[in-house]
Amino acid sequence: MNVEFESLEKGQEVATRTVELSRADLVRYAAASWDFNPIHWNEPFATSVGLPNVIAHGMLTMGAAMQVVVDWAGDPAAVTDVQTRFTKPVVVPNAFGAEVEPSTTLSISAKVGALDPEARTARIDLTVTAPDLSDPGVARDAAPALKVLVKAQALVVWR
Amino acid sequence: MSVNPDVLGRTYPSIAPYQVSREAVRAFAAAVHAQAPVHSDLDAARAAGHADLVAPPTFAIIVAQKAEAAVVADPEAGIDFSRVVHADQRFTHHRAIVAGDELTAATTVDAVRAVGTGGMVTFRTEIVDPEGQPVSTALSSLLVRGEDQ
Repeated sequence: MNVEFESLEKGQEVATRTVELSRADLVRYAAASWDFNPIHWNEPFATSVGLPNVIAHGMLTMGAAMQVVVDWAGDPAAVTDVQTRFTKPVVVPNAFGAEVEPSTTLSISAKVGALDPEARTARIDLTVTAPDLSDPGVARDAAPALKVLVKAQALVVWR
Repeated sequence: MSVNPDVLGRTYPSIAPYQVSREAVRAFAAAVHAQAPVHSDLDAARAAGHADLVAPPTFAIIVAQKAEAAVVADPEAGIDFSRVVHADQRFTHHRAIVAGDELTAATTVDAVRAVGTGGMVTFRTEIVDPEGQPVSTALSSLLVRGEDQ
């Protein structure tokens, strides 16, 4: 473990990360996870089922968020329970110059939500936002941040 | 409602054994922007006391979704996959998944309820090793949008 249990305080922010996402990231996640639902890579299909655009896999957002906890703790085996609710889709517009470029950003913050000194566990609460790019007329920098996960929690055990 | 409540409580057949390869662990770790070396560097994983490369905590979704596919494909369940939205996900790990593991999994329909004209269905997938020892429990809730949702 990278961190001592005794050093933690409730409410403390332990890690932050921004993850830039491109359409290529969605294809890479599709291949790695075997989730080839076309709403994650085919824009005409996505809009035909009522979505504003191609959206990221919820599990990509969850995976990227939980990984912040794993990388902070240093040991994936210590992260024994992970959960989230998916509230808003992460829209990933098409963007390319010389190559496919990132078109949105996940902003991830991990805080100590609860500590159990007897069990030596910490519940890490994650806040994850992405710009609301559901309106193609709104620029990435001007788009309001949406909370895309709710009740995103990881339980970390010090053995 | 867009999910047949008759499938509540039903357990679907186990998937064929899934072999966890080092390259699958590396590819998944890269796809979720992992930085911890124990996902990709064998020496680092062994130095940290693991038998092999360690999978990220959400890697189990690969196996869980293979098992859940049996429900989605069941015509009696009546789930229109093009109208499915992932609502909720949880993994409770009984131990970490490492490269070299052989995993099987079976999905039980734990809950079905109406949400407007659509339905919410919750799958519980028990992931086990070849001896039947528990590895991970996955809970997935899917919202199947109704015609006007």
